[in-house]
Amino acid sequence: MSALQLDAITCRFTARGGMHVAVENASVVVGEGEFVSLVGPTGCGKSTLLNAAAGLRRPDAGTVRVFGQPLSGRNEHAGYLFQGEALLPWRNARDNVAFGLDLRRTAPDASRAKADDWLKRVGLTGHGDKYPHELSGGMRKRVALAQTLIVGPKILLMDEPFSALDVQTRVLMENELLALWQQDRKSVLFVTHDLEEAIALSDRVVVLGAGPASRPVGEFAIDLPRPRDVAEVRLTPGFLDLHRRIWECLREQVMKAHHDGLKADA
Amino acid sequence: MRNGRLLWVAQAALLVGMFVLWHVLTRTEVLPPFFFGEPLVVLDRIREWFVTGSIYPHLGVTLLETAMAFVIGTAGGLAVGLWLGLSDTAARLLDPYIKAFNAMPRVILAPIFAVWFGLGMASKVLLGVTLVFFIVFFSVFHGVREVNPTVLANARMLGATRSQLLRHVYLPSATAWVFASLHSAVGMAFVGAVIGEYLGSARGVGYLILQAEGVFDINTVFAGVLVLTLFALALDKLVTIAERRLLRWRPSRDGQSSQ
Ligand SMILES: Nc1ncnc2c1ncn2[C@@H]1O[C@H](COP(=O)(O)OP(=O)(O)O)[C@@H](O)[C@H]1O
Ligand SMILES: [Mg+2]
Repeated sequence: MSALQLDAITCRFTARGGMHVAVENASVVVGEGEFVSLVGPTGCGKSTLLNAAAGLRRPDAGTVRVFGQPLSGRNEHAGYLFQGEALLPWRNARDNVAFGLDLRRTAPDASRAKADDWLKRVGLTGHGDKYPHELSGGMRKRVALAQTLIVGPKILLMDEPFSALDVQTRVLMENELLALWQQDRKSVLFVTHDLEEAIALSDRVVVLGAGPASRPVGEFAIDLPRPRDVAEVRLTPGFLDLHRRIWECLREQVMKAHHDGLKADA
Repeated sequence: MRNGRLLWVAQAALLVGMFVLWHVLTRTEVLPPFFFGEPLVVLDRIREWFVTGSIYPHLGVTLLETAMAFVIGTAGGLAVGLWLGLSDTAARLLDPYIKAFNAMPRVILAPIFAVWFGLGMASKVLLGVTLVFFIVFFSVFHGVREVNPTVLANARMLGATRSQLLRHVYLPSATAWVFASLHSAVGMAFVGAVIGEYLGSARGVGYLILQAEGVFDINTVFAGVLVLTLFALALDKLVTIAERRLLRWRPSRDGQSSQ
């Protein structure tokens, strides 16, 4: 049984008088313990699909299945790492990490101890008392990761979580994410527009076509050995070969999106 | 730090300078003292008020009216602001009425309140409440609608129920907006109390000013205005202190910390 199954999903937006079909008839499957990346040009509907998987947005057609059960309302098995700033600015790092436990009415002593433990696991020991604005972008992402993982989701949804970070921080975070994932192999749906990141992290890469009405146009199994170091794996012949093959498929979509963008601008 | 001290000295010098200018202009009768008062007499009047203690009952009444108007108006504005901010239907239903109430020059309600509630404190408090309420209400209302959608979605994904969203996301977020409005709200609470007293009362600093005006004692009028200003400043300072404590999580505005 798959952990997450997006089955013929269609999502429409009413925008400026017209109807905009973001994704149409899109199907994606994430197996149990599988790390799947969704790549595609900007604006092709990656976030829209992820929101449908999270239960934050009800698809206009199609079904989302979570461990076989049709989803209605919020996906309670899923943790979501957002692209933008999602931490509560009025809670310090420790209280942010403990937030999900507070919502479940865990005793404060226990939840704070657990939060400190998670801060340690994401390399932020000693930063628990700082407020989000006192942390760097990379540190805030670590807090957000700990905040998501502390409640023990079986599925992890990530929307370009590292796109705002500088290259060095990004490689560090990607490696740490892989290390954490290696411990308990959650099912992951990882959205990115960065093909190298997708290949380095995933078991499978799904290429989403250019919008509007986009759907997956290609699927590639990534058979690179694990554990991986995301910086080193990029230099291996296997990686380069995969990159060439997937890029051929993706480039077409990026060019299409680019041309459509130019037309829309004109 | 040195800059801060320098600024403070300059500000104090400016104040003293204005008093000296006032003194010189009225002493040389460039400005007639009958209409413009004399600063030394004004200061002496204030000293006398506080030494004999004759001001205290009046000041007490005015401050109590102000504080009550401030607290009731703020609590009401916060509650209704949250409610309408979260309920689209209610907001759309009440929209024209709120706009009308806000556009109305509410000071003209003072005589009506005096008729309804007499010349005691209640009519003054109520006037202050109508002034404070709308300032806080609008700022909370807009604040609720501008809560960061990513923060909201994140809280929902972490399992927050509707009431938990209210408590853990909307309320703290609204607090920041409330404080932005509290500085003007303090001033408005004072305006309500003093205008109310001025229009009809037997007590309060506004009443003192009215009495003095009746006998053309311009120095006492100025003394009353100065005392009110000082206390308004003090209340504003209290708001700032509370703000610093409650909003510790906010980046300071001097740009030292990153976004
Ligand atoms: N709330 C919305 N209202 C109208 N259009 C939207 C909305 N959200 C997304 N869209 C449109 O849907 C398309 C897909 O958006 P999105 O899923 O955010 O793309 P991606 O994450 O791949 O960059 C885009 O063309 C975008 O303009
Ligand atoms: Mg997106």
